[in-house]
Amino acid sequence: MADLNTLSNSVCVVGADESDEIGNLPGKSQLTLHLEAITNAVHDAGLKVTDVDGIFTAGQHSPALLGEALGITPRYVDGTTVGGCSFIIEVGHALAALHHGLCHVAVISHGESGRSGVGVSPRRDTSLTGQFEAPFGFGGAPTLFGMITTRHMHVYGTTLEQWAQVAVSTRQWAMLNPKALRREPITVADVLNSRPVVYPFNLLNICLVTDAGGAVVLTRADRAKDCAKKPVYVRGVGEATEHVMLTQMRDLTFSEATHLAGEKAFRMAGVTPRDFDHIMLYDAFTSGPPIMLESLGIAARGEGVHFFAEGRATPGGKLPINTNGGGLSYTHSGMYGIFPIIEATRQLRGECGPRQVPNVRLSLVNGMGGMLSAAGTLVLSNEKT
Amino acid sequence: MDLDRPLPNPITPEARPFWDGLRERKLLLPRCQACGHVFFYPRVLCPRCHARDITWIQASGKGRLHAFEIAYQAFHKAWKVKPPYVLAMVELAEGPRLMSNLVNVEPDPRAIKCDMPVRVVFSKLTDEVTLPLFEPGR
Ligand SMILES: [Zn+2]
Repeated sequence: MADLNTLSNSVCVVGADESDEIGNLPGKSQLTLHLEAITNAVHDAGLKVTDVDGIFTAGQHSPALLGEALGITPRYVDGTTVGGCSFIIEVGHALAALHHGLCHVAVISHGESGRSGVGVSPRRDTSLTGQFEAPFGFGGAPTLFGMITTRHMHVYGTTLEQWAQVAVSTRQWAMLNPKALRREPITVADVLNSRPVVYPFNLLNICLVTDAGGAVVLTRADRAKDCAKKPVYVRGVGEATEHVMLTQMRDLTFSEATHLAGEKAFRMAGVTPRDFDHIMLYDAFTSGPPIMLESLGIAARGEGVHFFAEGRATPGGKLPINTNGGGLSYTHSGMYGIFPIIEATRQLRGECGPRQVPNVRLSLVNGMGGMLSAAGTLVLSNEKT
Repeated sequence: MDLDRPLPNPITPEARPFWDGLRERKLLLPRCQACGHVFFYPRVLCPRCHARDITWIQASGKGRLHAFEIAYQAFHKAWKVKPPYVLAMVELAEGPRLMSNLVNVEPDPRAIKCDMPVRVVFSKLTDEVTLPLFEPGR
């Protein structure tokens, strides 16, 4: 069996972009968000849509539909749908396919009319949730992720103020990103005084609900040299899934899937959890990123919240986290995972203007699917090892 | 008949004994005959040893509140219970966890603590469906 290390640096992200607009878009269907994002990302790479021969996506639209709508016949498709991190996981799948020559130009696409519901099918898998959760009033992510959060507070003494600081730190980044939906400054008190939704969450602890598309283009490193922009090397990939129903999660305060995905990605890249200059974490809720830092081994258990203090994750801080403004303040269409890849790519290219992290070389992308149920981790760099 | 909450839907064949037991005010849990593992939700194999030999035991109805939330609005279109109400993840004395509501308690984070003891109360919804809810226990 090939050592994963030999695949490190073998493929690159060469294109990355959102749909033409993101936010509140009642005039655009979900499919349109996909198609805008794909064409924008392909153009960003200096390629043509007809160069694309591998399509990767997650959610309601199959990769076959995207191929049809684009008017191309992909030779390789992947529709892995394990929640919002699916796009991050698909970077690893694309890496394997590109390495083996199963396709040459891979597009990973996300489009979701999460706010406006235009061109969206209402059907969801409710086989177990309908039987064992809905009769008690559960419905939607906040009613589940709150359990993880109150348990963490019980075990580690984490406070509502500490979770709120994650929203404040992330908002400071959003204020520097013109594409972010929420850009007005907030304080810890603002978070604590925002509308109570489901304890321990007030409104500002919970991600936005938007309409948005995003896509990234990958190709082998030898071909990446001919693309329009500086290549971003995929140095490590990892994925894992633990549970789907939250009652089955072994330890509510520690994501086994995140731990495994991180371990795989770090080993492949030959890095340690402490080596990163820049970190993108899936923030559907303020408690998510700190628990991910703990599960990845970047923070000691119970200490992830300390990373969001002023001067640490915040602009100008020692370890910038969620520099696009995150799902909390930039955009969150439902399956957010494509956007942290786009932001890490832009940071590693030096395209981020006022929010640019100086001298960034090594970026971590980590996302969850469901309630820390699935995880995908990427180690990205603008330099080969 | 006006229900204040959604009925379990779909009730799957492998979970039928659980719902049948509740109608008789018994909390039944699946148990693996091969390794003794008690688990929930019901399924046709043991998630620990993968044997297919599953039987049912009656649970004590006692457990601890593993985690909780206090909901200030409805999150399901069929939910009519007036907020605030308490969403609960209960860890039963037999081991498995299940989702439920904590009732007969002040819906206030100062009154509710993770790991507090709880016990089952049966709430009849229809002739077919009785739900296992939980209240503070000793
Ligand atoms: Zn067994």
